[in-house]
Amino acid sequence: MKNKLIELKNITKSFDQQEVLHNIQLYIRPNEFLTLLGPSGCGKTTILRIIGGFEEADSGEVIFDGKDIAKLPPYKREVNTVFQKYALFPFMNVFDNVAFGLNIKKVSKAETKKRVLEMLKLVGLEGFEKRKIDQLSGGQQQRVAIARALVNEPKVLLLDEPLSALDAKLRKEMQMELKKIQKKVGITFIFVTHDQEEALSMSDTVVVMNHGNIQQIGTPIDIYNEPKNRFVAEFIGESNIIPAIMKKDMLVAFDGVDFECVDSGFAPNEEVEVVLRPEDLVLTPPQFGKITATVTDITFKGVHYEIILKGEHRDYKAQTTEYHEIGTELGISVIPSNIHVMHKMKEV
Amino acid sequence: MKKFQKSKLFYGLYIGVIFAFFYLPIVVTMFFSFNSSKSLTHFSGFSLRWYGNLIKDTEIMQAVYVSISIAILATIISTIIGTLTAIGLSKCRKLVREMLLNVNNIPMMNPDIVTAIGFLILFSSLRIPKGYYTMLMAHITFCIPYVITSVYPKVKTLDPNLADAAMDLGASPFMALYKVILPMLREGIFAGALLAFTMSFDDFVISYFVTGNGVSNISIIVYNMTKRTNPTINALSTIVILVIFVTMFIVKVIPYLIGKRRKEQLAYEENN
Ligand SMILES: Nc1ncnc2c1ncn2[C@@H]1O[C@H](COP(=O)(O)OP(=O)(O)O)[C@@H](O)[C@H]1O
Ligand SMILES: [Mg+2]
Repeated sequence: MKNKLIELKNITKSFDQQEVLHNIQLYIRPNEFLTLLGPSGCGKTTILRIIGGFEEADSGEVIFDGKDIAKLPPYKREVNTVFQKYALFPFMNVFDNVAFGLNIKKVSKAETKKRVLEMLKLVGLEGFEKRKIDQLSGGQQQRVAIARALVNEPKVLLLDEPLSALDAKLRKEMQMELKKIQKKVGITFIFVTHDQEEALSMSDTVVVMNHGNIQQIGTPIDIYNEPKNRFVAEFIGESNIIPAIMKKDMLVAFDGVDFECVDSGFAPNEEVEVVLRPEDLVLTPPQFGKITATVTDITFKGVHYEIILKGEHRDYKAQTTEYHEIGTELGISVIPSNIHVMHKMKEV
Repeated sequence: MKKFQKSKLFYGLYIGVIFAFFYLPIVVTMFFSFNSSKSLTHFSGFSLRWYGNLIKDTEIMQAVYVSISIAILATIISTIIGTLTAIGLSKCRKLVREMLLNVNNIPMMNPDIVTAIGFLILFSSLRIPKGYYTMLMAHITFCIPYVITSVYPKVKTLDPNLADAAMDLGASPFMALYKVILPMLREGIFAGALLAFTMSFDDFVISYFVTGNGVSNISIIVYNMTKRTNPTINALSTIVILVIFVTMFIVKVIPYLIGKRRKEQLAYEENN
């Protein structure tokens, strides 16, 4: 593997006898945009707080640049954080908020001023130095929080759901902007979100978590196309998840039909699950499909229709640009590379 | 319409009576402190004679010194202890916190005489000679709950991430306290300190019981002097009333004015 900036080894953490992180193994490369993705309460913030030094793991190591920093207090770490609700200092103006870290480090007045103004320019808040925090919109406060962290030139920036308080439009804008800022300053971002779309569109690497366990680590494309288990498949976008039998390499059977696929390495006749993304279902006249099904619902979604088909074994969710009347019988087929076979998830 | 006016009249009258009841004795005291004769019923002319007497009276001036110095020391010390306690309370487990907050209320609701006798017994049983320092200790002690009561509500509204944010930016825990937490609490601390000051400055019952060796504060001296008519007390009382009035004015009215101005400023900036 390439060099690792941060490595978490066997991190375990409990609150009140309740284990919230189980044996977390994770490394983060320099200049990477890594996202921790998972439902609320799965332990994302706790991982950030362990990296930031606000929480100590019960066991395991936190390696930063080759050194174990598990015992280092937050103010000695080369990491800065953008907190979930920004945590700006309300009694200071924008300039003093951003200058806080530099003042603590006793950077000279002139240098501080130069760096703060540069940073405000980077986040698009030129001319806002004298503003009070309560005179800023949510998006502007967000930018102040980012500037306040980045001005210290940390090696790693931790961002805890920084966009969750913004409305949809501003959120999209800030996603692009954050990505741009990250490219410009060239440092590692560890980003936390529970929004899968946000995670997929911004990250180099996505870490999917559930109940304090890492479910899968990979690029957004890997995670989307090859979810490791049912949880990941369901959490990352909509899908049809179907129990199946892996008859042999490259041949899987479900809903009474054999399908060619591209997966191999399973035991013969192993029970597996198959993921079919709605956009990968090809709808044909009934005689050309492998499975036949009847349209029971169709909803216009803007670019496409979302359509529900009832087959002999189950309902299928598909996307189509053509309109089909409810009650129409259609055939469904899938090309081999769009069938993704997963090991069956052990019931938790 | 008519009915409305009537009720308004009644309302005004009611308020007038209440205010007269409260403030008439004070106004009379102040008024006669400027009397040129010794009478407390007949005003014979304006003079500052009693104020002159006041300054010349070393016993009174000594008491003024005791009252002011104790009030200042008790305010500073109780404000520091009370503020740190309030911050600490917010970090306690819920059960401990609730218990301590309730215990904190007891000295404030207790009749002063009970607290006073408590101190008296404590100091006597420990054989601590009564005087200036016992009075100071007692004042610090009874001021602390007022400080906690003013500061704790502010602590409760603090975003717990603020201290983390300060440390994240390189501040040690002490610097985070000093640069972020205390400024966030400053209104509560200020109100608590002024409250402590007035409580200490006008205390009579507790001071009376815990002092000794001829150390008296203003209220004890006033009490001793009321046994004979002496308009010097009126002059002294007038000064005490003014001090209390000014501090209460600062506590109550200034934050209101600041809040109002801030709102106006905000509205002004929004309009532009
Ligand atoms: N200080 C704490 N005390 C007790 N429980 C906590 C504390 N912090 C977090 N938890 C619990 O740990 C779990 C994970 O929390 P968190 O890391 O905040 O999740 P996320 O950020 O993914 O929503 C939750 O069940 C939460 O209730
Ligand atoms: Mg969280």
